Amino acid sequence: MADNKVREPLFHIVKRSKVALPFWKAWLIRIIAVLAALVFCGIITKILTGLNPLEVYKTMFEGVFKSERKMWKFAQETAMLLCVALAVTPAFKMKFWNIGAEGQVLMGGLATAACMLLFAEKMPTWLLFVLMVATSVIAGAVWAVIPAVFKAFWNTNETLFTLMMNYIAIQLVSYFSYIWSNPKGSGKINTINMSTEIGWLPELWGNKYIFNILIVLTLTVLMFVYLRYSKHGYELTVVGESENTAKYIGINVKKVIIRTLLLSGAICGIAGLLLVAGTDHTVSRDTAAGRGFTAIIVSWMGKFNPAYMILTALLLVFFDQGATQVSSFLHLNNSFSEIISGIIIFFIIGSEFFINYSIKFREKTKEAAK
Amino acid sequence: MKKILAIIMALALVFSLAACGAKDTGTEPETQGKIDEEVSLEPVAKEDIKVGFIFLHDENSTYDKNFIEAAEAACKSLGVDHITMTNIPESNECYEAACDLVDEGCNIIFADSFNHEDYLIKAAKEFPDVQFCHATGTKAHTEGLPNFHNAFASIYEGRYLAGVAAGLKLNEMIDSGKITADKAKMGYVGAYTYAEVISGYTSFYLGAKSVCPSVTMDVQFTGSWYDETQEKEAATKLINNGCVLISQHADSMGAPTACENAGVPDVSYNGSTKSVAPNTYIISSKINWQPYMEYMINCVIEGKKIDADWTGTIATGSVQLTELNEDVAAAGTAAKLEEVKAGIEAGTIRVFDASAITVGGKAFTSYMADVDTDKDYTKDTEAISDGYFHESEFRSAPYFDARIDGITLLNEQF
Repeated sequence: MADNKVREPLFHIVKRSKVALPFWKAWLIRIIAVLAALVFCGIITKILTGLNPLEVYKTMFEGVFKSERKMWKFAQETAMLLCVALAVTPAFKMKFWNIGAEGQVLMGGLATAACMLLFAEKMPTWLLFVLMVATSVIAGAVWAVIPAVFKAFWNTNETLFTLMMNYIAIQLVSYFSYIWSNPKGSGKINTINMSTEIGWLPELWGNKYIFNILIVLTLTVLMFVYLRYSKHGYELTVVGESENTAKYIGINVKKVIIRTLLLSGAICGIAGLLLVAGTDHTVSRDTAAGRGFTAIIVSWMGKFNPAYMILTALLLVFFDQGATQVSSFLHLNNSFSEIISGIIIFFIIGSEFFINYSIKFREKTKEAAK
Repeated sequence: MKKILAIIMALALVFSLAACGAKDTGTEPETQGKIDEEVSLEPVAKEDIKVGFIFLHDENSTYDKNFIEAAEAACKSLGVDHITMTNIPESNECYEAACDLVDEGCNIIFADSFNHEDYLIKAAKEFPDVQFCHATGTKAHTEGLPNFHNAFASIYEGRYLAGVAAGLKLNEMIDSGKITADKAKMGYVGAYTYAEVISGYTSFYLGAKSVCPSVTMDVQFTGSWYDETQEKEAATKLINNGCVLISQHADSMGAPTACENAGVPDVSYNGSTKSVAPNTYIISSKINWQPYMEYMINCVIEGKKIDADWTGTIATGSVQLTELNEDVAAAGTAAKLEEVKAGIEAGTIRVFDASAITVGGKAFTSYMADVDTDKDYTKDTEAISDGYFHESEFRSAPYFDARIDGITLLNEQF
């Protein structure tokens, strides 16, 4: 009886077994987390700004749904973020921490811009498009495969390596921005082929975003299939879970790492292509606009599942657009809206804890049973 | 099987691009000409005016702060409504922001950053009833859109005046025996070898030379419009190379801080930097955008056409000198500045007086400037006549980019 005297804490945390939580319950926890976050942010808003929190939420909502144009923009931004998130996902699933998507996107964009600048009017448009697709995919893939090769053969730290590759890409873009700057010496590339629109991605049904969105949707489906049903997808998951197991069952780990990063980089290259040829029609060091990093959150929150990632990408872009709307029309600083979205994301990530772990309170009945 | 599928997908992508792309290029140019007709220019009641502002950053950037303060002051003094959008990057976001502002009922939209221009032009073509005004741009006079306008200020006049203050300081150093006349070398921290920067440092140098004939100048470029570390390093390097006075065309406190640390006098830009450099700051020139903003708003109220290119001057209050630091400046600077300022306003002093300039040892009698923006940087306009270089007359943004004698560019890779 003496060892029973040890006081049981008020509650303790228990890891749920994989089947413990039904699907609907997990989503209920997530929804409760969002609601709790909204209430919490409401209180913060009231205290810090004195504004009616409902007004702030309404304005955020308007930032996305007020007009048809805004909704298209919302879809476009989501698609672009999702595209980069799709790119990093296979690498992450393999536990290869590719935080170099920013640089890989920029390299893809730079390659696209180079083709548009150097080869417009020098070759048929269809050939130019082929070249743009090919070079952007290759540029992105090369930028991702360099750290992969080092990781595969010499086990270098891929996190630092991919991060450093970002800075090289940014500097390269800066360099070429100067070389190709227009007007001369301004350090900025103006809209490329503004009068001829050579190399611009087509507008379908008079809408300039549909093309990008369709491409990304296709990629999403393909990635879903690739990860879930293909042998490659299975192999990279095994490498991620345990490299030794992978070796034991005869998977060529080096090959899987390099192959996966080629794919990862290639999709980043496509993201660069869509950004430069599809919407911006120029390249600058801000072309990727931090998507390479935000994509990591999208991928994680979506549990590396392309279907969930659509939702997480929508959520993050919603907050981003909403934040812009709030800062412009309620005269609050951008930073405030960013604080709000930060809090909400924190709650959502926190809710995963309660999905994976349950809290057991000290129970009287237990003791009685004993 | 999978590989075949992948190849088919890739080909489908390529061909869909190629098919649509080929069709598009043929039809585009037609739409441009159509909008060139006169837009309705009816007066708009003050209560119905709504001005939309697009800024690259927020108040934390000195560049944008200058615009934001001017925007608020202009709207307040005219009593009109406005919407401000900050942190709008130079990408498709800018076009979307402009459309948002149109949706919100803005009749005038203003953007402050150089590369916002193309996105604003795109919006201007789409919304012919809304006036689009863009600071520092170069394309209004060639685009020919009735509702797209550029604006700048003759900041070279302000630089010239600041240069006069610098020259007087050098004279003081020479007179006091601190340096000999041949050691009167100034240093200049620039961003890029861009016309705006070249025009700026050249006018600054000419201002100094007008009072201190033996002056020379070294220019160090940083390759960035805002990089505090680089600017500080560049200034330090210039000081170590024997420059006895520094000026800069960059937005950070890098150069003023380096000068304060080394005890070398500094002529600043974009506003007073006395707070970080109380013992070395002499004077600063800056552009005040409030007159332009009031002008564009008034034009819409009165139903007048806004100039395609508007250049603010000292006379319009667009070019200003900030407080003179009497502790550092040479005696009599204030009086001399008044005198030169009056001369510039009266047209008796020309900043780019061709007789004061030589290029490669030869007289500066003819110079073709690249006024119309094009891919090949074609030098298209003769800018020298009546004995001086006509800066900011053929378009508002500066285009003086001659490398004149007396100025040494230490690095030209930017």
